[in-house]
Amino acid sequence: MTDNMLVVSSSPHMRSNESTQTIMRDVIIALLPATFFAVYNFGSRALIVTILAILGAVASEWLFQKATGRKNTVTDLSAALTGLFVALNIPYTVPFWIPVIGSAFAIIVVKQIFGGLGQNFMNPALAARAFLVLSFPRIMSIWSFDSVTSATPLDILKAGGRNMPSLQDAFLGNIGGSLGEVSAAALLIGAAYLLIRKVITWRIPFVYIGTTIAVIAAIQFFNGNGFDINYLSYHVFTGGLILGAFFMATDYASSPVTPKGQIIFAIGAGIVTAVIRLYSGMPEGVSYAILFMNLWVPIIERFTIPKAFGEGDSHGKK
Amino acid sequence: MGALTFKRGIHPKDFKEATMNKPVEYILPKGDLVFPLIQHLGAPCKPLVKKGDRVLLGEKIGDTDAFFASPIISSVSGTVKDIKPVLVPNGSKVEAIIIENDGLYEEHESIQPRENIDELTPEEIRKIIREAGIVGMGGACFPTHIKLTPPPEKKIDYIVVNGAECEPYLTSDYRVMLEEPDRIILGLKIILKLFPEAKGVIAIENNKPEGIKILKELVKDEERMEVVALKTKYPQGAEKQLINAVTGRTFVSGMLPLDVGCIVQNIDTVIAIHRAIHRGRPLMRRIVTVSGGAIKEPKNIKVRIGTNFEELIEAAGGFIEEPVKIIAGGPMMGLTVFSTDLPIMKGSSGIICLTKKEAELFEESSCIRCGKCVGACANGLLPMYLNQYALRKDEAMFLKYKGMECCECGSCSYTCPSKRHIAQTIKTTRREILANRKK
Repeated sequence: MTDNMLVVSSSPHMRSNESTQTIMRDVIIALLPATFFAVYNFGSRALIVTILAILGAVASEWLFQKATGRKNTVTDLSAALTGLFVALNIPYTVPFWIPVIGSAFAIIVVKQIFGGLGQNFMNPALAARAFLVLSFPRIMSIWSFDSVTSATPLDILKAGGRNMPSLQDAFLGNIGGSLGEVSAAALLIGAAYLLIRKVITWRIPFVYIGTTIAVIAAIQFFNGNGFDINYLSYHVFTGGLILGAFFMATDYASSPVTPKGQIIFAIGAGIVTAVIRLYSGMPEGVSYAILFMNLWVPIIERFTIPKAFGEGDSHGKK
Repeated sequence: MGALTFKRGIHPKDFKEATMNKPVEYILPKGDLVFPLIQHLGAPCKPLVKKGDRVLLGEKIGDTDAFFASPIISSVSGTVKDIKPVLVPNGSKVEAIIIENDGLYEEHESIQPRENIDELTPEEIRKIIREAGIVGMGGACFPTHIKLTPPPEKKIDYIVVNGAECEPYLTSDYRVMLEEPDRIILGLKIILKLFPEAKGVIAIENNKPEGIKILKELVKDEERMEVVALKTKYPQGAEKQLINAVTGRTFVSGMLPLDVGCIVQNIDTVIAIHRAIHRGRPLMRRIVTVSGGAIKEPKNIKVRIGTNFEELIEAAGGFIEEPVKIIAGGPMMGLTVFSTDLPIMKGSSGIICLTKKEAELFEESSCIRCGKCVGACANGLLPMYLNQYALRKDEAMFLKYKGMECCECGSCSYTCPSKRHIAQTIKTTRREILANRKK
């Protein structure tokens, strides 16, 4: 009958519908509200920066794989996603070559040289941002809103907090900042989508934000500044905390896979963010906190191997 | 009380609607019947008959002195046509007795209903179960009489009847709950007689509400029995996970359910016990789910053990589309076969014929470290690491990351978005390590 034509393979014989591509697509979808808002807020220049960053990332991946004879993986959408992340992490005022070299750096130096998808030990977009900030500090810190060059809310907060935008403006995004970080509302819509689609779990983002707030609140309190909910709200809704916690710290390749490890990773990122924001010369600490914690991931994972089912329990007892 | 469950696991689409509402159909074998001499976990049997012998329905045709074994019983009357190696579903060739069916179904004298059930001693009950050739019918084929004979120091306080049936497509256990529920109770009573301290718990996934309802009604006056609903989740029917869901107890590999006071029996095995004790009938037939997109009329078929796969496929209307993959058992843990010229054995729970679309073979891509396999692993392992160590042949790290705790349920491969063959490489490495240990 059908002899010799049947496929013989090892179980399981069913696979879920999810693929690398569907996951990357979901993250891109989750970033669309923030992207649209950036374009609405900052105008067509933001759109051009976004497109250039995406094209730069996709082209870098394609060219690198072509040049090194590796299998082409542009269709898995991971490079496009990295490009989008690069765009969302820079101000729209940058010259147009900035998103292109940022993306090229992210893809070639951080991702491909370390082995490609899943092998990068740092978040490529954040590493690119750090590279750009260090190389072109002035270009990377021109924040402008309504065509008026302005400081970001965290800059103002650090300088003493006079003339702060209203919390409502800060939440919706009518403020200066990187493309993707200004509208907490748009980011939270995307974050909810990622949680519902189970692309990310609650552990990293909630523990990260919770720790940042707790540490800042504690330091403020012990410095005799009391407990100021308004002040803390600015720390959550302005700057890169929401973008970082939900979208960057949850990057699969550069965050732990173990549940306990994810919590340790998030607590670490929260502490570092709070310390940088309060004690360093920079107003913002999310990117560096995540990059710093990325370096610890192999060690965190090694020490958080979960217990196998039943291991270490008192057997036979309820 | 809410549905009970274990931690983690997956929710594959179950495809049960194709057969779950169809009453079990009964077919008689057309061709010769084939009885491989090993249909259980343990030592192979030796033939008790020779070529040319006439055998009767219910007659023992194969047995061994080995402790870990279960005899082979003829499911028809007829003549021994040959004794030779045949292909069995796991791809190996096994010595088998081939019987030409005379169509008379003349019963062996040992088949006698029993009146004096209450007078049977536990030893007699175990002996009857052994002689009836009963093995675990969920597919693992562990000899039932051995499972029911724990060392005296092990106190058994739970008999868990496994009605989870968590493999997609398979619905034979569900049909049994609807069609022969009273026999489940009778069978369980016999087991409880062996374990006076134990409580009988019939555990059913909550995607089978009818089954839960019917059995709940039947046990409402039974002091020592209970029916519990389990969350529909894979691998809810795995022994460790099932015991954990029902009793909250846990154990690691190397330990047996009886180490935590539990014995798990598949629901159809319990019926087989009832038939052997009350009606004197050995294990001669089973219910097989014939389903999958390539099958014209998916159905559950009650069939004599030894019947050829092809007769069942024919009884299910044959193929509407050329199958690309045929699975003996369920799609999560079953084995693919490369021929349909195979006998139904004691553990044959399903014949699932998948179309090209259903059996799509995916290309592996790089691990993106999404951790979904970690979230799926019912045994709390890190499958992505085990896959890496398996591929690198790093046995030390494989053991350090507790690869031997894997139950091979396949949840990690199922859930992997990069379509990596995680369960497959882990399984192979486990086999290699076990084989080396035996040496």
